[in-house]
Amino acid sequence: MVRKEEILQDVVIKFAGDSGDGMQLTGSQFTNNTAMLGIDLATFPDFPAEIRAPQGTLPGVSGFQLRFSSDRVFTPGDACDILVAMNAAALKTNLISLKKGGKIIANTDGFDGKNLRLANYPEGENPLENNSLDNYEVTKIDVTKLTREALKEFTLGTKEKDRAKNMFVLGFLYWMYNRGMENTIQFLRDKFGKKDEILNSNIKALQAGYNYGDTTETFTTRYTVEKAKMQPGVYRSIMGNQAVAYGLIAASQKSGLPLFLGTYPITPASDILHELSRHKSFGVKTFQAEDEIAAITSAIGAAYGGNLGVTTTSGPGMALKAEAMGLAMMLEIPLLICNIQRGGPSTGLPTKTEQSDLLQAYYGRNGECPMPVVSASTPSDCFEAVYEAVRIAVQHMTPVIFLSDGYIANGAEPWKFPAAADLAPISVSFKKGLDEGETVLKPYQRDEKLVRPWAIPGTPGLEHRIGGLEKQDITGNVSYDPANHEHMVKTRQAKVDKIADYIPEQKLDSGPAKGKILVLGWGSTYGAIKSATAALQAEGYAVSHAHLRYVRPFPKNLGTILKSFDHVLIPEINNGQLIKIIRDVYLVDAKGYNKIMGVPITKTELVLKLREMLGGAN
Amino acid sequence: MANDTLTQPALTAKDFATDQEVRWCPGCGDYSILAQTQKVMPSLGIPKENIVIISGIGCSSRFPYYMNTYGMHSIHGRATAVASGLKAARPELSVWVVTGDGDSLSIGGNHTIHLLRRNFDINIMLFNNQIYGLTKGQYSPTSEEQKVTKSTPFGSIDHPFNPLALALGADASFIARTMDRDPKHLQEMLIRSNKHKGASFTEIYQNCNIFNDGAFEIFTEKSSKPLETIFLEQGKPLVFGAQQNKGIKLDGFKPVVVDLDNGSSKDDLWIHDERDFYKAQILTRLFDNPANEGHMPRPFGVFYETERACYEDVMRLQIEDVIATKGNGNLDKLLRGNETWTIQ
Ligand code: SF4
Repeated sequence: MVRKEEILQDVVIKFAGDSGDGMQLTGSQFTNNTAMLGIDLATFPDFPAEIRAPQGTLPGVSGFQLRFSSDRVFTPGDACDILVAMNAAALKTNLISLKKGGKIIANTDGFDGKNLRLANYPEGENPLENNSLDNYEVTKIDVTKLTREALKEFTLGTKEKDRAKNMFVLGFLYWMYNRGMENTIQFLRDKFGKKDEILNSNIKALQAGYNYGDTTETFTTRYTVEKAKMQPGVYRSIMGNQAVAYGLIAASQKSGLPLFLGTYPITPASDILHELSRHKSFGVKTFQAEDEIAAITSAIGAAYGGNLGVTTTSGPGMALKAEAMGLAMMLEIPLLICNIQRGGPSTGLPTKTEQSDLLQAYYGRNGECPMPVVSASTPSDCFEAVYEAVRIAVQHMTPVIFLSDGYIANGAEPWKFPAAADLAPISVSFKKGLDEGETVLKPYQRDEKLVRPWAIPGTPGLEHRIGGLEKQDITGNVSYDPANHEHMVKTRQAKVDKIADYIPEQKLDSGPAKGKILVLGWGSTYGAIKSATAALQAEGYAVSHAHLRYVRPFPKNLGTILKSFDHVLIPEINNGQLIKIIRDVYLVDAKGYNKIMGVPITKTELVLKLREMLGGAN
Repeated sequence: MANDTLTQPALTAKDFATDQEVRWCPGCGDYSILAQTQKVMPSLGIPKENIVIISGIGCSSRFPYYMNTYGMHSIHGRATAVASGLKAARPELSVWVVTGDGDSLSIGGNHTIHLLRRNFDINIMLFNNQIYGLTKGQYSPTSEEQKVTKSTPFGSIDHPFNPLALALGADASFIARTMDRDPKHLQEMLIRSNKHKGASFTEIYQNCNIFNDGAFEIFTEKSSKPLETIFLEQGKPLVFGAQQNKGIKLDGFKPVVVDLDNGSSKDDLWIHDERDFYKAQILTRLFDNPANEGHMPRPFGVFYETERACYEDVMRLQIEDVIATKGNGNLDKLLRGNETWTIQ
């Protein structure tokens, strides 16, 4: 049989199945396999809303989107080239994101009467049998039957055997994309170690899937995507929440401050707790508190004691922490609050992404309570951004809010990881004792940065009391003096504003320094904005892209940049939040592009919007 | 710690006072508690800089401002959680929580029970005045039923908490009760609570003479105290009364009052054993409303003490164990992970 080998530049695959089908694992294995070949990639897991939604139903569908390319990629792709559908519900929920003419690999066993009914297909209608998929290239495989067949030698029960279905599919895709399978075999060995039957059955199913592609004549083409032209160096794959955890450990190591995480489990932030709790060898203390409030207040206690105090959460947890954030701001102690945003308000859309907590981060506390805000734009950027957030917190004696979201928290990308020695040092010093001429500590005496000393318990001579009541300037004693209160409110604001002197100036990510449109973004819209502006720049349009890491205070030159363009467009996955602040601070007539559907903005959508704004003019 | 105190001049109560004007109402029971605490502190052998007092919000929570140690006046209900984080981070510090009935049993009830079950080595001083003083006189979670207050003009319909029973239910490893008007006993309880390794929960009856004056009068006044209170002493029978002529014996699981002048013998009485969890449960239930006929006297003293691993110690040990088997964390190794690839 003659087999064709085709070289592709860019592929988007979506693995979709029931949440019990192991699609996240399949996706992440294929991702690692891809990454190791030096192919650029981006992923987007799409978790079901309910963990235990009934099997086979539409709410039970779990998806994993992977884009890989021999070119640089910045988003997981707007639409898929291939959809792997393990059952009817998976096909139904994901068909919309498949390109016309795209491939469908369907597990026919997942399209039996029961599955069709559960997926709400009309009685007697099977999309694999009628002509509704004529616009696509459908490959039907009875994965269940073939997996059972391959495992017939094993003594495992049918249920256990069926669990290896995803390995069969993975093996088939490895064949289709001309891949080796060593990484997955090694992964299975690590995972199932001593459970021989399970280990061997999984490896067998994987190989059976591969061989199925190899020996079945219907499959005539194999595809290869070549290495991307990326900066030389050593890479690994990293997910956003993992990068947050690593950034925190790195900051702890480089500052010499022991890391204390006080947290309460919440989607999509819990993985930071999971990751940090594995790294006790770095002296990391993880404290799973009784609630969100204890999570932050325990971190405040730890920070007061001289640790790097961190709390991680998502929107609803942020709301609960608000009062304690105010306390940290009054105490003027370093604290990091990580909000991995999700759809809101209230419980909202726990597994879907949104950027709707920016105004909460800015204003969501009682009284005049300014706090610095730092945001991450990609999974790997979480590392640097959180590292910076820690630096600001400890060097400016202030709580800092770090914003990420579900999209980048669970997304993965290649990361040219830094060497520990190359990380910028974070110098911190505690006050060691009373200075010459001092008889008591003046806890609110400030230095040129308006920063007060960090005097931790256990230091002789520095015994002092602090609290949430308004305090007298310098002495820190409780004070109800009207003029003092105004002075303190203004001083705390000035202290946060002054951080602008200690952060880098804003750079343009791409495009000319002056032009027609500036697309200003923050957070996870980075990839979509970068791709969309690049497309228009390639057509010769004067469209530029600036992406904020420092959202409060803004970099000092941001105003100048904004005023160098005829129009400013601010795309956000919310109802318009950064835009309110930008308009307020800079009085520019910025325009918004807002999508509030729990999913990222796509490149295509942004290109359309930009074309509309450009009105065809160059 | 002991070495430091040897080389330094001995501290006195004065060393623990601050220059801040004490702002409680004249006659408030808090004054006595502050005075006893300042008196006791020098005897504990802890360097002043290692003592941290964390409070929440309420009249009692002003306490840290008047103690020349490290201190934090935090937010309502959260002192126990702040203290937990501090103790986890810095196990060598002597951490005290000063809180009130509203602070630790209402808004902060959750953190209180969790601190107790985790058994952080923290001393909780609960100033129970059965009223909200700072907000000017609403009933609290320990106020008696039918209490008329600003927020309950027709009488409270809330059933009150029994703080020691609650603490024991949360597996507290040390529970005690004392009162502002008995300085010696109060000092003794503070010393005991400090000595206890693990979470100690000391309920201090405190008179709020402005909004709930006389709430504990029946236990503190000379005339009624002998019959209304019973002071627990380890290994001693439960006797009370002006002539020590009344006692409590156990009839099965039921405590009954007996008259020693009337045929009952001391040998039949309940012998107090702080280590007996089951007896401690019964003791915490001697919580009758003194207005009811046939009520039992109210116990004071150490109800229960046991040794149980402290959270902060286990946390540290677990880290040491991991380091002992895996070695110290290596940042480069962490960042590199298990799977890398090289782009030339
Ligand atoms: S209101 Fe009551 S508890 Fe508060 S200071 Fe005055 S007397 Fe003391």
